[in-house]
Amino acid sequence: MATVVKHDPTQALDPFKSVKKLPLEEYFTSGHRTCQGCESALLMKLMAKAAGPRTIVLGSTGCMYVANTTYYSTSWVVPWMHTQLGSSGSAALGTAAALKVLMRKGKMKNEPINVIAFCGDGGGADMGISGISATLTHPDYNCLILMYDNESYANTDIQLSGSTPWGANTTFSTPGKVKRIMHHRWKKNMAGMMAAGHPECKYVSTISMSYGLHAMNSMRKALAIGGPTFVHSLDPCPKGWDYDPYLSHEIGELAVNTGVWPLYEIENGVLRLTGRTQQIAAGKIRRQPVRDYLTKQGRFAHFTADDTDYFQSKIDEMWTKWLYPGVIPFRKEIEADSAPAE
Amino acid sequence: MAIATVVEQQKGTEETALITGSEAIAVACKLADVDVITAYPIRPYDTVMQYICKLVANGEMDCEYIVAEGEHSQFEIVKHASAAGARVFCGSSGVGWMYAMEALTVTPALRIPMIAMVGNRALDDPGAFGVEHNDALAVRDLGWQLVWVDNAQEALDTALIAYRVAEDRRIFLPCAISCDGAFLTHSQAVVKIPSQEQVNKFLPRYNRGDLLLHPDNPITVAPQGNEDWVMEIRRQNYAAIERSYGVIKEAYAEFEKIFGRSYGNPFFEEYMTSDADIVLMGMGTLSTPVKVAIRKMRDEGKKVGFVRMRWFRPFAAEDLAKCLSRFKAVGVIDRDYSMGSPYNSGVLATEVRTALYCGSGAKPPVLGFIAGLGGREVTVPDVEKITASVQQAAQGKTQPLTQWIGLRE
Repeated sequence: MATVVKHDPTQALDPFKSVKKLPLEEYFTSGHRTCQGCESALLMKLMAKAAGPRTIVLGSTGCMYVANTTYYSTSWVVPWMHTQLGSSGSAALGTAAALKVLMRKGKMKNEPINVIAFCGDGGGADMGISGISATLTHPDYNCLILMYDNESYANTDIQLSGSTPWGANTTFSTPGKVKRIMHHRWKKNMAGMMAAGHPECKYVSTISMSYGLHAMNSMRKALAIGGPTFVHSLDPCPKGWDYDPYLSHEIGELAVNTGVWPLYEIENGVLRLTGRTQQIAAGKIRRQPVRDYLTKQGRFAHFTADDTDYFQSKIDEMWTKWLYPGVIPFRKEIEADSAPAE
Repeated sequence: MAIATVVEQQKGTEETALITGSEAIAVACKLADVDVITAYPIRPYDTVMQYICKLVANGEMDCEYIVAEGEHSQFEIVKHASAAGARVFCGSSGVGWMYAMEALTVTPALRIPMIAMVGNRALDDPGAFGVEHNDALAVRDLGWQLVWVDNAQEALDTALIAYRVAEDRRIFLPCAISCDGAFLTHSQAVVKIPSQEQVNKFLPRYNRGDLLLHPDNPITVAPQGNEDWVMEIRRQNYAAIERSYGVIKEAYAEFEKIFGRSYGNPFFEEYMTSDADIVLMGMGTLSTPVKVAIRKMRDEGKKVGFVRMRWFRPFAAEDLAKCLSRFKAVGVIDRDYSMGSPYNSGVLATEVRTALYCGSGAKPPVLGFIAGLGGREVTVPDVEKITASVQQAAQGKTQPLTQWIGLRE
């Protein structure tokens, strides 16, 4: 059969064996102004470390643009360029296409260069979803779209996004005297959607900064596998989720252990649950009650017991009724869904 | 030329072909060895992408040819490709161009020398496929260089000139080449196709230099500037488009040397103006009915000329003021609208008045005419009607400052 897709070689990025084996070099360093306890800033740091120096990073508008790149004090050691809020997919595609053609024509030294475009949940799951989707259908360009999901437009004042959990208090869904729950939409299943809808995309995964080594190795796999890939990180946000910054790591763990944030990877179409999620699915550890996760965050402080129960029931559904637990919401059988009275 | 009907083989290496305005720009892209091209369908500009597709499929052109999922992505993809060192081409029409507006805004701000073709089309609603200039004009304040061409040869030549000017390190600003929808995008004419050797001599390779986004040059592009630096950066962009006037002149002079075709003053074309009492003005293919009408009126003894603006940005205000000061009255025909503008005139009329007001010479009255919207034909009788009004103004008789021509009563 003829070769239809011509992949350029990618960098060989073997998994880091342990924290002690990590390179000391940092490519995302001082000069940023992110909040205390910002897990997205940690993601940027580990992403850059995982990718190494021969990398171009494109950043769409959001916290990780505004807070990280003040003129004269950039925190990026690797080349970095801003892209528009909805343009992470296009930025990755355009940059990868330029490298490919310039190397092919001999206008640039031929070598594998990582291309990473990151976006927040607003830029990715809302505005940029069309461009990301398009990029994931282009098998011939090596690039990674990294979505850092802090579940709101956290840079602009914590407004709700398509990735904000049901019922959360944001500045666009503030509980009032008559309406307690102003946000009725369930969180978009971005990683599952990207995996299910893009058969040529070789790698999709979910990660959490509470499991940094796992996250770095996931990103290295995404960069080395060839073609466009998508990684979705859930990043606890002290400002937007309203908790003490020292709790960031713990809340990230709770998201995984309560089953709210399942960790998985889909590599060449093969689904594998990873980390603690794998252990929960295998019955080695029990899922913690969602209450443990919700009560630590001010954005859920207005929840009644009914609300918490409803939230728990939706998470239970993910685990018991979805055809692929926690991954893709195709149900084994149809059932009615009832939200609590307001 | 696989995509063109070769009419005859001329002396030397220059070919002659019967091609449309869109096809002429596709040929220019091939000759310019463009690296990354993004397409998205909207009539009428999309014909250029259809021709480019064939060039790529036939192995006549080596580029990344990417079909985007919307105009916003279409323009963002090439913006980033250009930042990474690739020569790029893109284009759109009407509301498609407006859909890309955010990308169109940041492209000049980032000093990206993108070349785009605008197949001028009326903005919705109501729907219309025909020409209006409001699409391209929407970016006139943002740092885009804007040029209107009126025939396929000029489209091809201007595309090559545009690459040379835009990619000049003194400029690094995008350029949009406006081709009137249908009248130029879809109309064939005999065009001289320059040789690759000539083009290579004229057009140096795109060199992003110290702005290249590459691991060997680990810069941070477009950080937050805020009130601390944005004003200085805007001023640099102003300086670039101020320099563009001179760089365009250089490019046309060099073009004439290498290709043997001269366009006179690059910024506007004068037609039968040397002894004219009054002149009409306009942009794009309006020139065809206007020139026919002028020849007719000349036979009737009316001393009418025509000034066709090519470059709208940069706007050659001093040159134009000097030129127009020779006449007793000026009639500007706008294929666009500017609602609520001074005297409710079109965009070009308003700019011409500004240019004259600050010019040093005589200031003839400038009448504005809005005509040919939505692709409606501007006829020879329309032009005669316009001329009659301008003649009245030349005789000192008060005329309305804005008139709609060819409008159903």
